[in-house]
Amino acid sequence: MNLIREIILTAFVGILLMFLLPLGVDVFTLCLLSIYALLGLSLGFIWGFGGILCFGQAAFFGLGAYAYAISAINIGTPWGPFFISIIVPALVAAVFGAMLFYGRLNDVYLAVLTLVFTLILYKFMNVTAGEEYVIGTARLGGYNGIPGFETLSLPWDPSEYLYGESLYYFCLVLLLACYLGLRWVLRSPFGRIVVAVRENELRAELMGYDVRLIKTAVFAIGGGVAGLAGCLYANWAEIVTPNLFSLGQSAEIIIWVIVGGAGTLAGPILGAAGLGYLKYLLGQQSLIDNTLVMGAVLVLAVLLLPRGIFPTIADLFQKRTGSRSSNRKRSSSRKRRARRRPIREGGRNGE
Amino acid sequence: MDYAAVVIVEICYAIAVLVLISAGLAVVFGMMRVINLAHGEFITLGGYAAITAHGLGVPIYLCILIVAPVVVGLFGLLVERLIVRFLYGRLINTMLATWGLSLLMIGGFTMIFGNTTTGIPTPIAGFTLGRYQMSGYNLFVILMAVVTIAIVYGVLKTTRAGLIARGAMQNPEMANAFGYNTSRVYMMTFTAGAALSGLAGGVMAPLVGLNPASGANYIAKSFITVISGGTAVVSGMLSSATLFGAVSQIFTFLSTSVIGEIALLVAAVVLLRLLPTGITGRFLKDRI
Repeated sequence: MNLIREIILTAFVGILLMFLLPLGVDVFTLCLLSIYALLGLSLGFIWGFGGILCFGQAAFFGLGAYAYAISAINIGTPWGPFFISIIVPALVAAVFGAMLFYGRLNDVYLAVLTLVFTLILYKFMNVTAGEEYVIGTARLGGYNGIPGFETLSLPWDPSEYLYGESLYYFCLVLLLACYLGLRWVLRSPFGRIVVAVRENELRAELMGYDVRLIKTAVFAIGGGVAGLAGCLYANWAEIVTPNLFSLGQSAEIIIWVIVGGAGTLAGPILGAAGLGYLKYLLGQQSLIDNTLVMGAVLVLAVLLLPRGIFPTIADLFQKRTGSRSSNRKRSSSRKRRARRRPIREGGRNGE
Repeated sequence: MDYAAVVIVEICYAIAVLVLISAGLAVVFGMMRVINLAHGEFITLGGYAAITAHGLGVPIYLCILIVAPVVVGLFGLLVERLIVRFLYGRLINTMLATWGLSLLMIGGFTMIFGNTTTGIPTPIAGFTLGRYQMSGYNLFVILMAVVTIAIVYGVLKTTRAGLIARGAMQNPEMANAFGYNTSRVYMMTFTAGAALSGLAGGVMAPLVGLNPASGANYIAKSFITVISGGTAVVSGMLSSATLFGAVSQIFTFLSTSVIGEIALLVAAVVLLRLLPTGITGRFLKDRI
């Protein structure tokens, strides 16, 4: 009952925003912001709920974009590649994740290896300029990337391309669908186990759950969502370049999630869209360097708002209306607070 | 024969570079369990300090060996007091905060020095070895790596300060009870690590063109060297630097330098999968 109400409410708010936002900001920017939001959501899911801090979420984003571009050039029609661009990153994430989690790698090692994985892709894609680097009929193009592939069009009318406003609505609908889908996953028995693993791996294991398998599955889901974001990005930018794999991109995703609030799904979405817009505004001026501001935001967020903006505001709001809010809500917020510790300070486990 | 000598020198050089760029990180991570993701930018800062000082007419060896470590050491002190000291024991948060710092520094470099590549000339001329032209400065880099290792080992093993530092890292409460101010020990250790990074930046400055984003070239390599080495500062770093330096240089000889770097990264992924606590987590335990 509650779930249905929640879904209806979220969908209502989402659709309302979908039509209100274009009044204030141009559609081209909004489209990118919703792609960022989707990317933030993917890391928010695996980090905030799976407890897996991936420093290389950009790898799956880039893989999705490249998978789309390469398969679109080879196949010619856009909808097959659309699904390929989700499946390929999810599979890569599953294989890479299995390697990590079945090796029982944790915190620092996990972070560094995911970072290194992204760097390998980045370096490799940058040197693929030669004629010999070809997949099917698509040249990888090295530093220049791959331009000129078929973008998404209406399934029943291939001449009607999705761009501008229609692409924006498409992105936002997908974002909403992914958000609700992940909500549903977290409500399911599987989602409960995922959170249990984050809370206490040993306990979950002793209860008979295969922690390695669960973490791998979470990682793969996150990879698939990031791949979808990459596919949409490829359609938005109409070119894919190795910069998708850059360290800066990975860092940005983490900043969105930590500022928005890990441990929620809405937080990373808002963080991504908000900081993406901030970056866009900062890009309009040349007085202060963009990277400097992003760095300062991350440092300050870690020091002052370690739980993220969204949960902090939600708590303040709840305190304000504390007398009215039911007991259940409050205890869940307290639980959430207690829950935070294991993710953030889980660093000691691996020693 | 000459070719073999060239290959051996090049492999030693690759190992020496890894040792130099990861020494600062190894001290900070190995002793304090703090991951400094701004490490690459610390090195870049050392490079900029050396280049700026050189531009002001300071003799080049002074720039490399004194100015760079001192500037970065002081900067490290500032960072420790302002950011890192609030985050001890919270590994992930330290990583995130220092990553923020890294972005902040990249932005700062761009604003101060501009988005261009700068450099200083190599102070040592090349020489010929049989039919091959060799860079003399490479030998200097190897020498500096040896000196760095010797200093770190010497300080940790033989001096009283090193003993106190090791004690404070192993058991902070006990060190406190003995009357040593652990907060100060942490501060000094972090500063020393930063100074080592600065030295690496200074020494590398004549070899690489420096731009605001150069730090990214060092960060992954130094990280995997330190992480794969494990917690023993000197022996861990030496063993993993030797392994990775050899792997990357051999692959560089077989194909291109980018493939060499990729081989290094792949080797690290495989190694960490096999030895999740690093080389010294399994072998050479309880060494420095």
